[in-house]
Amino acid sequence: MTQPQPNSSPPALELRGITKRFPGVVANDGVDLTVAAGEVLALLGENGAGKSTLISILYGLYQPDEGTVQLGGQTVRIGSPAEAKKLGIGLVPQHPLLVSRHSVAENLALGGGSGLFPARGVAGRVRELSEKYGLEVGPTARVSDLSPGEKQRVEIIRALLGGARVLILDEPTSVLTPQEASGLFRVMRELRADGRSLIFISHKLDEVLDVADRVTVLRRGKVVGGVPTAGATRESLAELMVGRGVDFTRKRGAAPANREVLLDVQNLTASGSRGLPALRSVGFTLGRGEVLGVAGIAGNGQSELVEVLAGLHPARGTVTLDGQPLTGGAAERFQGGVAHIPEDRIHSGTVPSMTVADNLALRGYDRFPLARGLARDLKATDERARQDVEQYSVATPGIHTHSRLLSGGNIQKLILARELHGNPRLILAVHPTYGLDIGATDQVHRVLLERTNEGAGVLLVSEDLDELLSLSDRIGVMVGGELRGPFPVGEVTRESLGLLMGGAHPHSVPGADQGVGA
Amino acid sequence: MRFIPLAAPSTTRAGLVTLASVAVALALCALIFVFYGVSPAEVYSTMLRGTLGDSTGLAEVGRRTIPLLLIGSGLAIAFRAQFFNIGGEGQLLLGAVFAAGTALFVPLPGPILLPAVFIMGAVGGGLWALIAALLRRLNVNEILSTLMLNYIAVALVTYLIAGPWKGKDVRGYIYTDSFPDAANLPVIAGTQVHWPTLVLGVAVALGLQWLLSRSTFGYALRVVGENPGAARYAGISSARVMTIVALITGGAAGLAGAGEVAGIHHRLLEAGQISLGYGFTAVIVAWLARGNPALCLITAPVMGVILAGGDILKIDLNMPFRVVDVFSGVILLCLIASEVFVRNRVVWGARA
Amino acid sequence: MDNIVVEALIRALAVGTPLLLACLGAIINERGGVVNLGVEGMMAVGALAAFAVASSSPDANLWLAVGASMLAGAALASLHALATVTLRANQFVSGLALALIGTGAAGLLGKKFEGLPLFNKVNDWNLGGFVINPFTVAALLLAAALAFYLNSTRSGLTLRSVGENPAAADVLGVNVGAVRIWAVLAGGSLSGLAGAFLALSYRASWADNMTAGLGWIAVALVIFVGWRPLRAVLGALFFGFLYYLQFRLQGNSPVPTEVFNAMPFILVLVVLALAGLRGQQGDAPAGLGRPYVRGER
Repeated sequence: MTQPQPNSSPPALELRGITKRFPGVVANDGVDLTVAAGEVLALLGENGAGKSTLISILYGLYQPDEGTVQLGGQTVRIGSPAEAKKLGIGLVPQHPLLVSRHSVAENLALGGGSGLFPARGVAGRVRELSEKYGLEVGPTARVSDLSPGEKQRVEIIRALLGGARVLILDEPTSVLTPQEASGLFRVMRELRADGRSLIFISHKLDEVLDVADRVTVLRRGKVVGGVPTAGATRESLAELMVGRGVDFTRKRGAAPANREVLLDVQNLTASGSRGLPALRSVGFTLGRGEVLGVAGIAGNGQSELVEVLAGLHPARGTVTLDGQPLTGGAAERFQGGVAHIPEDRIHSGTVPSMTVADNLALRGYDRFPLARGLARDLKATDERARQDVEQYSVATPGIHTHSRLLSGGNIQKLILARELHGNPRLILAVHPTYGLDIGATDQVHRVLLERTNEGAGVLLVSEDLDELLSLSDRIGVMVGGELRGPFPVGEVTRESLGLLMGGAHPHSVPGADQGVGA
Repeated sequence: MRFIPLAAPSTTRAGLVTLASVAVALALCALIFVFYGVSPAEVYSTMLRGTLGDSTGLAEVGRRTIPLLLIGSGLAIAFRAQFFNIGGEGQLLLGAVFAAGTALFVPLPGPILLPAVFIMGAVGGGLWALIAALLRRLNVNEILSTLMLNYIAVALVTYLIAGPWKGKDVRGYIYTDSFPDAANLPVIAGTQVHWPTLVLGVAVALGLQWLLSRSTFGYALRVVGENPGAARYAGISSARVMTIVALITGGAAGLAGAGEVAGIHHRLLEAGQISLGYGFTAVIVAWLARGNPALCLITAPVMGVILAGGDILKIDLNMPFRVVDVFSGVILLCLIASEVFVRNRVVWGARA
Repeated sequence: MDNIVVEALIRALAVGTPLLLACLGAIINERGGVVNLGVEGMMAVGALAAFAVASSSPDANLWLAVGASMLAGAALASLHALATVTLRANQFVSGLALALIGTGAAGLLGKKFEGLPLFNKVNDWNLGGFVINPFTVAALLLAAALAFYLNSTRSGLTLRSVGENPAAADVLGVNVGAVRIWAVLAGGSLSGLAGAFLALSYRASWADNMTAGLGWIAVALVIFVGWRPLRAVLGALFFGFLYYLQFRLQGNSPVPTEVFNAMPFILVLVVLALAGLRGQQGDAPAGLGRPYVRGER
């Protein structure tokens, strides 16, 4: 641990004994944390460890119940994001908070800028900053036309325009390819060289080791360790994070050589919501008992691919399941053995204002045994719900509780229970563990793998390369609506997948030059 | 002031908040009466005496309850599906037009004429609402479209009674000839309460309640209303649900229109005389019932008192009938503004 | 022939004026993210307030009457602001309630003004042979001013941002609720002004239901013109022309009068359907119609 040096200036930011309680939980429990000027501090921790609460306190969204925040040795009270900004604290949020329809300059002029022609006023300073730190982005571009990486740059520029000396980056790499991430790290190093303090939140250990000077680890609201990155390893950090040794090996054995083809997709072409092509002649096969991983940066056609297969999006091309053409709407396909664990649990996976029992009936509410003719069988519905809740250990006060009162993990278990009820042949799983804690993640993975042992095929779409590498038999990459691969999992690495996600051609990527299709 | 969401809002809380909001609404209306220059006490006592005070008044309330119950329970279903049908007025008129057309021009034997009048009324109202459901597929807001359809329905009625359907023996008046006797509904003696329509209304309210809470369609309707994303995901067609909902809500209003012409007027006449703002008042009936058709059995008579009271105020205190719009508007505003107090508790002071 | 063209333009401008004023008002609050369907009601109370002041004495100040109309419109709109911004009520239903309250209260309180004479009306100006109403001039200037305000000022940018992405504006220290409340009040005052034009100039009298659905058409017009003030001028002119046509053709054709009465409303449906077919709903501010609650997505 770095000891405070005698006679040195006070740290840029120092938190002492920060405690924040919410009904039923202590989100932060006596957290101490310091960042010096010209230092990158990584804040590491699992979901629910208290990172978000800590950021919210630093950014003035919450007030701590106990403890002090000091900036350059002065104790400060941060009452709102606007006050945080005035004090020189900038936040680059995980999901950029920008007005899509407005230009970059208009976004940056909001909350500041001159009274007349505000956008024109900031354009000059934007160019200045982007040159100084290598933050390429045009002030007149519309935000809706920008890539995730560019939007992030706009947020960084915004923080710098506001005069931020302390910059918080909240999981900045979660939307980037590994290559884009290295670009971000270059910017971070420039900022550090300029004497600014950076707090970098991540749970990707390689990145933390790469860019941070020091690491502070949070677990269940408490600081459980602070170490310089020099000398730390992935394993040592992971152990600090979860409190036990973590296994980085694959959760799945080697794939059998010949699988029967379950799903055969040929020449699938579809347009997206704006009429632009979302899928360009995508073709692949998925074997019985196989897990096919699909990697890609959000918005490259993964969502559309799943929606087409689930019967939610029209497309041209041929799709067969067990040799039979797969057709019809979502309800028919579910009855035909296609389960769908959707990307958005709240807005499409469940009806939050309905009870657990009603949510479990979303599939099959209109047929035996949950209905007789036009009437629902409420007894059978409750009975089914009790079974499902028990079998998947969904933690809920009762089957007549509204599903919006359940935690994310339990909502996901509810969806799994419902989707896997009829022993589906094909499981479409989109970000199935996003935002879940380790326990729930394990359960989801275990359940999916169990199903493959029973012969189901899983199409696993994920932005988490570690998840894909640990579960999949083969991995394909979606770029601009095209599918690269799939490649057997032994022939790809995080790096090669990253290059493919960034648009590199398979032939130029080592280890990914053979085996298109299977 | 901050709102803290409640984990499980209780029915009692909803009931109390509803009562409180109606009380606030009556107080606000009282303020407007003071402005107008009458004492609110006089207004309210006149209304109560003239409606609930004697049998004539009760009969007037009963007569107005019939269309309110029919339209209101249909609207309750529509609101649950987030289909904001404000066109009950126009759908009632189209129901009246179709019913009158059947009664006047279709030669049917006596016993089946009345059922045919009702069925055609429902068809007329349903088709009128269907236009809004189809326009909604083009992203046309149904509040606007159903309102426009109200104006168009009024013009259509006026055109018919002044033109092609104008009666032969009505001299200078503009309305149609009287219906044949077989197309007239029986009434409770000495009143204008056409009881067969009332029975129909009770049946519709209970039937729709069953549909909503016990049928597979009701489940689909709630999913569409409460989370369209989940409906799409589960393969429930929102467009199909909206179409059926439009037919139901419009059909119920059409039945009301058929009841009014066959039970009270016995001819098609000016729009303003067929409907005394039933379509709008029924919006409040449905909202007060919080989307439960069966609860309209209580809320429809409540609003019936206000409509009948408007008439009394017109006669006794010489106030314009517009006073009913004031009541309706203020109650509706207070009801929706109170929603937040049902789902949240209020904390005063600065945020944590 | 020239005469007919000039007459058509003058008449179209006349009916177009209240539509334009109300439409500009609705553009302000909708660009800020709040739909207010209560235009018809705010117009009605605006008309009544203007008429009540102007008919109070032979030398009543017409400026005062205009001010009263705007105040009345804003006062009614303040109920909408309270219900939808502070209490997060459904904006569409609240607007409907507002329309009922406005037309109802105006009809009730205006009963004693029915048939009263107006001592002074707002007269047309003769600008070198071109006769134009001061309200029309004001509406046209307002359209230009609003376009400039929205596109080229910081305050306009803030308003648009609040309408598009209130959460983004909120973190930057913008008081979303306050901006929205001001936008609703501004919208209400312009609807009231539209009513003043009807009472002080166009009809120069008071009658129940004198707004005759113009408010609803103004609401639809906002969608038709894609939330843009300058396009609103053309849209208002178009509907104004339609009313002129209705006026000209009535009685001169075999088509019954009632069909003409229904024409603007049928046309609104057609126009909205066309806007929908062209995907114009996509121009709507992204945060339109949704109450903003911090921390909710």
